[in-house]
Amino acid sequence: MSEIDEGLRSELQRQGVWVTSMQELYNWGRKNSIWPLQFGLACCAIEMIATAASRYDIARFGGEVFRPSPRQADLMIVAGTVTKKMAPQIVRLYNQMPDPKYVISMGACAISGGPFKTGYNVLKGIDRYIPVDVYIPGCPPRPEALLHAFMELQRKIDNQKLTGSNKAEHLDSEQLSEFPVPAFGAHDLEPPANPDVFHPMKIERQQ
Amino acid sequence: MAPNPYFFIVIFVGVALVFPLLPLALAWLWRKAFQPPKPGAEKNAIYECGVESIGDAQIQFRSQYYLYAIIFLIFDVEAIFLVPFAVAFTGLPVGAFIAILVFLLLLIEGLVWAWSKGCLNWAK
Repeated sequence: MSEIDEGLRSELQRQGVWVTSMQELYNWGRKNSIWPLQFGLACCAIEMIATAASRYDIARFGGEVFRPSPRQADLMIVAGTVTKKMAPQIVRLYNQMPDPKYVISMGACAISGGPFKTGYNVLKGIDRYIPVDVYIPGCPPRPEALLHAFMELQRKIDNQKLTGSNKAEHLDSEQLSEFPVPAFGAHDLEPPANPDVFHPMKIERQQ
Repeated sequence: MAPNPYFFIVIFVGVALVFPLLPLALAWLWRKAFQPPKPGAEKNAIYECGVESIGDAQIQFRSQYYLYAIIFLIFDVEAIFLVPFAVAFTGLPVGAFIAILVFLLLLIEGLVWAWSKGCLNWAK
């Protein structure tokens, strides 16, 4: 599945011949029909609804089919504050989505807990348990920001490889598609983070 | 020579078979060639709302639920009759007053009967 020479391709296109590869066709189909999971948590969900409605119209990017079932969804938009009560359900829903699946972490709360970070019941970021593809800052992010994240995700899907050593995760039989669901502990979720997924940036203090 | 008029039905049946079966066959080939299946306990779970299911779906309701429901329904209807009775109370003739008292008495009698029969005790 070698890359097509761009010059040859445009030359052929001028002659009315359209050349593509299996990988491009596959990614083109996938990126233009991303079905998000119909799943909102807090005020970011209102912005998500606005994005789906006619003014911002996520249908222009092929993402208007919000599915109420994880079995039919490709994308999970974690829109809002994730409480510790809700986190196991989110991980379970993510596990129930078929591959390939993607996650957009929408808003400050889903990224880090946001303004409620010090709350005893708030999860400090959904990326502690599931891998996140695109983060959108904002409180809440405007619909344009969600559209931008959606386009970034489309760009990511477009660049995924079908074969080779760096092929997409869902095509790699070694990569797991289910992640352990945290349990309710005495004071916190157990484990507080999945070390296989959660790689926070190391803060180095300099004297 | 004109074709058999039923020949088009045969074409329709052929298209109706190929149209759904071809994408399924292509998906099956795609899975064989590229995408390894990744089943899991939660992915294969029957219930799909994120909450773990508890117990069995094939349960039976006790018949006592229906007894409670009927008693509730009777007194629910009674409340509906009592509201217009209370609103029009001052303008009612004696006959209508006695009629509604008889209606109430019948229902109270029914409650006493159900109570004495032990219908209100929740039998384990």
